[in-house]
Amino acid sequence: MGDYMEKSRYKELVNKHQPTETRSQNAFVAFVTGGIVGVIGQLLTEFYAVFFDISTKDASTFMLVSLIFLASLFTALGFFDKWVTFCKCGLIIPITGFAHSMTSAGIEYRKEGPIFGLGSNIFKLAGSVILYGVVSAWFFGILRLIIMGG
Amino acid sequence: MTYKYRNAFIENAATVAGPYEAKGPLKKFFDKTFDNLYNGEKSWETAEAKVLQESIEILLNKAQKKKGDIDVIISGDLMNQITSSCYSSEKFDFPFLGIYSACATSVEGIILGSTMIDSGKVERVIASTSSHNMSSEKQFRNPTEYGAPKPKTATFTATGGASILLTNENTGIKVESSTIGRIVDYEQTDPLHMGAVMAPAAADTIHRHLTDLGRNSDYYDLILTGDLGTYGKEILIDFMKTEYGLDISGNYNDCGVMLYDLEKQKEVLAGGSGPVCSALVNYSVILDMLKKNKIKKVLLVATGALFSPTMVYQHENILSIAHAVSLEVIK
Repeated sequence: MGDYMEKSRYKELVNKHQPTETRSQNAFVAFVTGGIVGVIGQLLTEFYAVFFDISTKDASTFMLVSLIFLASLFTALGFFDKWVTFCKCGLIIPITGFAHSMTSAGIEYRKEGPIFGLGSNIFKLAGSVILYGVVSAWFFGILRLIIMGG
Repeated sequence: MTYKYRNAFIENAATVAGPYEAKGPLKKFFDKTFDNLYNGEKSWETAEAKVLQESIEILLNKAQKKKGDIDVIISGDLMNQITSSCYSSEKFDFPFLGIYSACATSVEGIILGSTMIDSGKVERVIASTSSHNMSSEKQFRNPTEYGAPKPKTATFTATGGASILLTNENTGIKVESSTIGRIVDYEQTDPLHMGAVMAPAAADTIHRHLTDLGRNSDYYDLILTGDLGTYGKEILIDFMKTEYGLDISGNYNDCGVMLYDLEKQKEVLAGGSGPVCSALVNYSVILDMLKKNKIKKVLLVATGALFSPTMVYQHENILSIAHAVSLEVIK
């Protein structure tokens, strides 16, 4: 139809009215909050290593489980989504984001039952992380074998 | 396609709004509001159906109508298989027509109902629509507890149900004319900037409406788009000016901007959206203004993004549509 505005001109018009996102502010908030999560993780590791008298490697596993538990609990209590909206990648990138993505999907789809709801949807967001995590672990494992001999 | 009606009028309307909408500036105009998004139900989907059902019940009470008085109900919403419309209308036993044109559904319902009434085949039609912030987030985006960050251009799906009763008896508010929109594609692909997706559809429908009827934009006391939001509104004003040489800035507003207090309610970002967004504004405050003769001629342009997550993931463009209906106070 001939009476439409040219599409390239429309794109220019949209760009003209595009608000500027506060990217530097978002990055700063994510940097600080993500850093705080890192500090909490480090403190937990130190605490477990001393308190249970275990190796740092074992203590870091304890720390990961603790963070996953806390993120899932806060999601279930209903306020973690507001933290994520504020902190953005500060909470999404650490292990807390992974736990939150599974818990939020679990809460959302439990109404459809344990099989067609919870079971088939809990990895809705986390599925990609797992798939590409496993694929890249395999890929880098092969590289390591070739370059360093195991 | 634009045509005038001889004999279609608005008898009454009812609106039920959710907690975010009740915090906005239009609270006193709604018939009912509720505080918890579940609205006493177990899931978001049943909550939405119940809200819509309540709006129909309130409308029947207000208009003092019962089962045999309504010839047909025309209803649509955003859920897959227009679930909310079907499940809310089941208990009323009215002849039922389900429709879909996303957020342009409310005006599509008025157009279809008025056309049926004007044909003389039916006397009273209810047109209703709903949306629910959480059921929409669940279906179109992420789990509701995820809280994914969104850009400033994103809009916030309104929660509520709204129903309007159309009749062939002269009530003083006439459905004067309407323009059925056509589907437009301006190569927009961002589901978090629906204002940019829908503004060209609104521009096209408004322009065709005015051209077909030989009217100027100042013929109307108010032109209202459905849910373009802050940035979509700016784009539409600019579009009308540069493309058609029409300045609508003086008598134009957007329901998505009117529904919330954008200064205080930061969570709604660019404003409201969803099929019920325009209906909540039009069937409450706008109808009230028409009844009190504060405005006499209003053009409602409901805007819909025909958005499918599947097509967006397949890198297809987001299509849009806008339907317009003109309401006039007559003596």
